[in-house]
Amino acid sequence: MNALIKPLFKRGITPLAYAVLLGASAPLLAADAAPAVTQPSVIPAMAALNAALLTGATFTPPDPASIPKDEFGQVVQLGRNIMFETKKYAPEYVGNSLSCVNCHTDGGAMAGSAPLWGAWVSYPAYRAKNKKVNTYEERLQGCFRFSMNGKAPPLGSEVLVALQAYSYWLARGLPVDEKVAGRGYPNVPEPALAPDFVRGKAVYEAQCAICHAANGEGRVVNGAVVFPPLWGAQSFNWGAGMGSIANAAKFIYANMPYGQSYSLTPQQAWDVAYYMDGQERPQDPRYEGSVAATRAKYHDNKNSLYGTTVNGVLLGDTGAPKSFKGNKS
Amino acid sequence: MRQVTLRLMPLIAGWAVLCSPIGSVHAAPPTEAASCAACHGAFGEGLPAENYPRLAGLPAQYIKAQLSYFADGTRKNAIMAGMAKPLSPAQITILADYYASLPVTMPAPAASVAPDFVARGQQLAEFGDWKAGIPACFRCHAAGGVGVPPYFPPIAGQSAKYLADQITAWQTGTRQGDPQGLMHSVASRMTAVDTQAVTAYLAALKPAAAVLGDTQPVLTGGVQ
Ligand code: HEC
Ligand code: HEC
Ligand code: HEC
Ligand code: HEC
Repeated sequence: MNALIKPLFKRGITPLAYAVLLGASAPLLAADAAPAVTQPSVIPAMAALNAALLTGATFTPPDPASIPKDEFGQVVQLGRNIMFETKKYAPEYVGNSLSCVNCHTDGGAMAGSAPLWGAWVSYPAYRAKNKKVNTYEERLQGCFRFSMNGKAPPLGSEVLVALQAYSYWLARGLPVDEKVAGRGYPNVPEPALAPDFVRGKAVYEAQCAICHAANGEGRVVNGAVVFPPLWGAQSFNWGAGMGSIANAAKFIYANMPYGQSYSLTPQQAWDVAYYMDGQERPQDPRYEGSVAATRAKYHDNKNSLYGTTVNGVLLGDTGAPKSFKGNKS
Repeated sequence: MRQVTLRLMPLIAGWAVLCSPIGSVHAAPPTEAASCAACHGAFGEGLPAENYPRLAGLPAQYIKAQLSYFADGTRKNAIMAGMAKPLSPAQITILADYYASLPVTMPAPAASVAPDFVARGQQLAEFGDWKAGIPACFRCHAAGGVGVPPYFPPIAGQSAKYLADQITAWQTGTRQGDPQGLMHSVASRMTAVDTQAVTAYLAALKPAAAVLGDTQPVLTGGVQ
């Protein structure tokens, strides 16, 4: 490996130095799509330590080992458990095989991976998604309905109280301010070329399929999800934030391949996001009776491929959403 | 998931053997395996006391790749280079299929984790240490470290020294060839203490076969 970039793998590189390197060597990475997963490829030169690196975040949430053992701490711990094993700890609200941690690295503690501490200090907030001011609790409900393809836990329910307690506990010491560094997923530079399905497929096969499988369904071992599904019946539904190409590109750029943050070029992140979001997944629960009507009301923007024809498929044309009955606990 | 179904075949064969009455458990080893048995055991069980790894139940494709890496120096080890170089591709396939088909029937390892390593070792295995950029071992090697064939080998119940030697080998560059540099990224962020703690923890886990779910768990939600 290049002696110059080797130190990147060590601890303690400053974000500035990294950003300089990123700019300096990005062209080297442009043509690195390997033909097949079976080919061992070279170590991605740019793999950064974690998603926090390009966010400028300075806040460090507390160590989970310090969760108190008292009544409050037990509820905080339940919130953390829900983040890591959502179906186990909140079965009646989860309709797919994902867990919150799959999109919120380190159970919502990691800057650059939509950390819960960044969210906690940012609500109530107006959301264009439902055109009203949402409380933090209402924001959490949306995750269950869309990302988890399930149903919203009632306000005040044990599950939402536990997630709020955990979020509050992570955020202690942070001023209330929705502009906190590290919130959300960091911006990824606009792509030079418009995101493309065919290029995205090549990135997917070279960099993602080894874990998420060629058909996007992920991998299950001993009955437990190891690599989560990116599309198909067990993934997030068409109403989820990850279904927006822009959100997906940001998440992927900062967090994927797993353990190799910021190793893709921005172009690769946009292309593979387009490829992922150009696949079939569960119906939008806000379905308006037809794909066209649902697109017109909720998806009429360049970041959603819902209701458009991609690779010969009219996306979202799967009929009315199945009503979710809930799993038994 | 046709590929996965095919990978299941050796495992199913393994179970069939495992489920037959004790005493008639193993298929006869191929002649090619005779020279391997001294170190890796007649049935691939390994020799933890000498840090010879268990081969039973490793994915066939992984074994093939490692044998070719030993032969061409991508993975540097004097003993194994000498063993791997004379093997023909056909012999490599026979050996890989044989060891992959063997059941993982080892007893719980004798080693126990030193108390000061338990917490750190378990933390790294289950959650990683993201501040230092270390992802959770079990998010790639599956819960319990049973592995995700064909690319992610099992890491439970191998000797601690063997496991630690591999981490060090990635750090110093004497082991390469891991797909997408995935394991290299992880290893390069680990301190000596991290390595000691997590390998002690993994060595004390009972090895088990990975049962692949080529269909997703049945849930009631969603369309289709
Ligand atoms: C080494 C295995 C690995 C590779 C390679 C990998 N991922 Fe992932 N991916 C994971 C794991 C593990 C998670 C869940 C992370 C967690 O729970 O902390 C995940 C989560 C995700 C998620 C969010 C959860 C979901 O199911 O929607 C997306 C999106 C995603 N990966 C996309 C990608 C893309 C795109 C690539 C290729 C650029 C990629 N991944 C490469 C292992 C991998
Ligand atoms: C498939 C990926 C995915 C899963 C699974 C997921 N989320 Fe999210 N989450 C996102 C995305 C993408 C955003 C930001 C985009 C948006 O506005 O919708 C987000 C945003 C959030 C926010 C607001 C962040 C902010 O700063 O405003 C919270 C809180 C949150 N998620 C909690 C959860 C919880 C709790 C779960 C599990 C019940 C969960 N998420 C599951 C992808 C996911
Ligand atoms: C003299 C002892 C010895 C003999 C004989 C031997 N090996 Fe090995 N083998 C080792 C050692 C030591 C290692 C660990 C090398 C390292 O640390 O990289 C090893 C590692 C391996 C590995 C890698 C396992 C893993 O988990 O990555 C494979 C595969 C393997 N041997 C196959 C064989 C085969 C097949 C034969 C017979 C043709 C054989 N070995 C003969 C000592 C031996
Ligand atoms: C991002 C995915 C990923 C993560 C996370 C990961 N590994 Fe690995 N690991 C791999 C891959 C891929 C291989 C196979 C390398 C090869 O094919 O040469 C591997 C191989 C290994 C091996 C060699 C096994 C053998 O039989 O020789 C050891 C030891 C190991 N990993 C330990 C760990 C430990 C300890 C952790 C947690 C600190 C960890 N891994 C986390 C992907 C990962």
